[in-house]
Amino acid sequence: MAREAVWQVARRRPAAAAGALVVAFYVAVALGAPWVARHDPTRTDWSQIRKAPSLAHPFGTDDLGRDGFARVVWGARISMQAGVFSILLAIAIGVPVGLAAGFYRGGFDQVIMRLTDAWLAFPFLILAIGLVTILGPSLTNATIAIGLGATPTYIRLTRGLVLATGAEDYVQSARALGAGDLRLMGRHILPNIVSAIVVQATVAIPTAIIAEAVLSFLGLGVQPPAPSWGTMLNTAQQFLEQAPWMAYWPGLAIFVLALSFNLAGDGLRDILDPRDS
Amino acid sequence: MIEFLVRRAVISGVTLLVISVVVFVGVRMIPGDPARVLAGTDADAAGLEEIREKYGLNAPLPLQYARWLALAVRGDLGESIRTRQPVRQTVAAKLPITIELACLSLLVATTIAIPAGVVAAVRRNTVWDLLASGVSLCGVSVPNFWLGIMLILLVSVRLGWLPASGFVPLGDDPLGNIKRMVMPALVLGAGLAAVLMRQTRNAMIEVLSADYVRTARAKGLAQPAVVVRHALRNGLIPVVTILGLQMGALMSGAVVTEQIFVIPGFGRLIVEAVFTRDYPVVQGVVLITASAYVLINLLVDVSYTVLNPRIRIRGTADGA
Repeated sequence: MAREAVWQVARRRPAAAAGALVVAFYVAVALGAPWVARHDPTRTDWSQIRKAPSLAHPFGTDDLGRDGFARVVWGARISMQAGVFSILLAIAIGVPVGLAAGFYRGGFDQVIMRLTDAWLAFPFLILAIGLVTILGPSLTNATIAIGLGATPTYIRLTRGLVLATGAEDYVQSARALGAGDLRLMGRHILPNIVSAIVVQATVAIPTAIIAEAVLSFLGLGVQPPAPSWGTMLNTAQQFLEQAPWMAYWPGLAIFVLALSFNLAGDGLRDILDPRDS
Repeated sequence: MIEFLVRRAVISGVTLLVISVVVFVGVRMIPGDPARVLAGTDADAAGLEEIREKYGLNAPLPLQYARWLALAVRGDLGESIRTRQPVRQTVAAKLPITIELACLSLLVATTIAIPAGVVAAVRRNTVWDLLASGVSLCGVSVPNFWLGIMLILLVSVRLGWLPASGFVPLGDDPLGNIKRMVMPALVLGAGLAAVLMRQTRNAMIEVLSADYVRTARAKGLAQPAVVVRHALRNGLIPVVTILGLQMGALMSGAVVTEQIFVIPGFGRLIVEAVFTRDYPVVQGVVLITASAYVLINLLVDVSYTVLNPRIRIRGTADGA
């Protein structure tokens, strides 16, 4: 993508540019967590239990005297990790399967489609809960569960794109020139559908981030004492009257991140997939 | 049209069958010996063998599956390990609560989303449109459990207007029931409203530029009549389809919402079942939700076909 195009979109869609900046900020915070947060996110301090926000603890402290700010900052790592890796998993499985289904059609395609139909019939969270029951609750397993939940969307998307692209003249001519299946798929079809897959990922990542928070909130994802926004909100709910600040920041962090991703995704769609806009 | 309906029904049947296999295999993949779970911790080897024999756990897997499916089709989903009650009975007790919550949320969502979507489409590219789109984007981005917590904080803790949690059956105390259902319905309806608003706006924009709308305008019909009688009726067709597809999201949302507001419904049941390792209940709930989703979408597709004359006559507009 050309630099001018990025600038054009940034000027035409300031909201998308702002979204992208905020996402970049979150990435920086997640990577630089040890330097951004002065306190250890898991260190308890019995003299500092449920203290309201102050200079020493800008986001207050929780029921075990841990620094709220440090936990929110470190939570960014967990959230980004779960959001990005789960969608990468979905792409890693979904794109090749969808590519093969759309390319070979026929019986194989039918089987894959019926399987995705069935897979999609499980409500996302119910499926994730089922998978976590089988695998056991942890960040890795929650990530796998979210990734597997998002996989059928990629299978369908890729298959649809392949069906449309496979009929194009340049693919047909490459075939006529004797290109093999793998070469057709890898060199001629895939590069032309990659942008649509990337755009879908920007929509899917915020959903995955929220899904991780939900699973952790229910106690099925990240286990204490690791600082996850979902687990923090779970604890916060028990102290709404005494320490409402415990509930403000983790939720706000998820909301702003998801909103920014969605805004940035809209802009990215404009750059990568101009047919849609 | 008949051909389309039959094909659609067959596909749904196959999907249901695949779902049942997935659920069956999934439960067998849970680490641990089911006989051990059924027997409890103090069973000896002979006791375990007796249970394996009794529940047919020694039979080959395909046979076990066939037996399980035959029972499931008749509504027998086994019994809860924790309460020893039939799963069907447990589910039947919880389901009405979640259905009430879902219906109220749908009411909230459509009351907000359809007028907002129509206004955004009619006043396209104005402040109203921008406002509606902005609110909708926020609705998609906000985690609904946080929205719930914030509502409790504001409405219950600060203002003391509504009870924060708990449940009263509708039949016992209708007013008390509604009081406790307002916030959960708002929380669950908000996300749905965001999605529906976008769809309504897009559908209306398309319909408003159609020839028959121009004709209606040329006839001299007033704007409200054109919008409501001509455009909205046709514009809502795709929205209804989206509504069917959103049932899954509604179900997922119900799990979280019931957890926050301590509503003893279907969603809370599954979370409790997971934590108490009550596998028959988990299996039953997952099977029922997935089947319901398939059947609801089949119904939506069928009604869509019957309602829309273009599809009714041509037969395969949607292709499936």
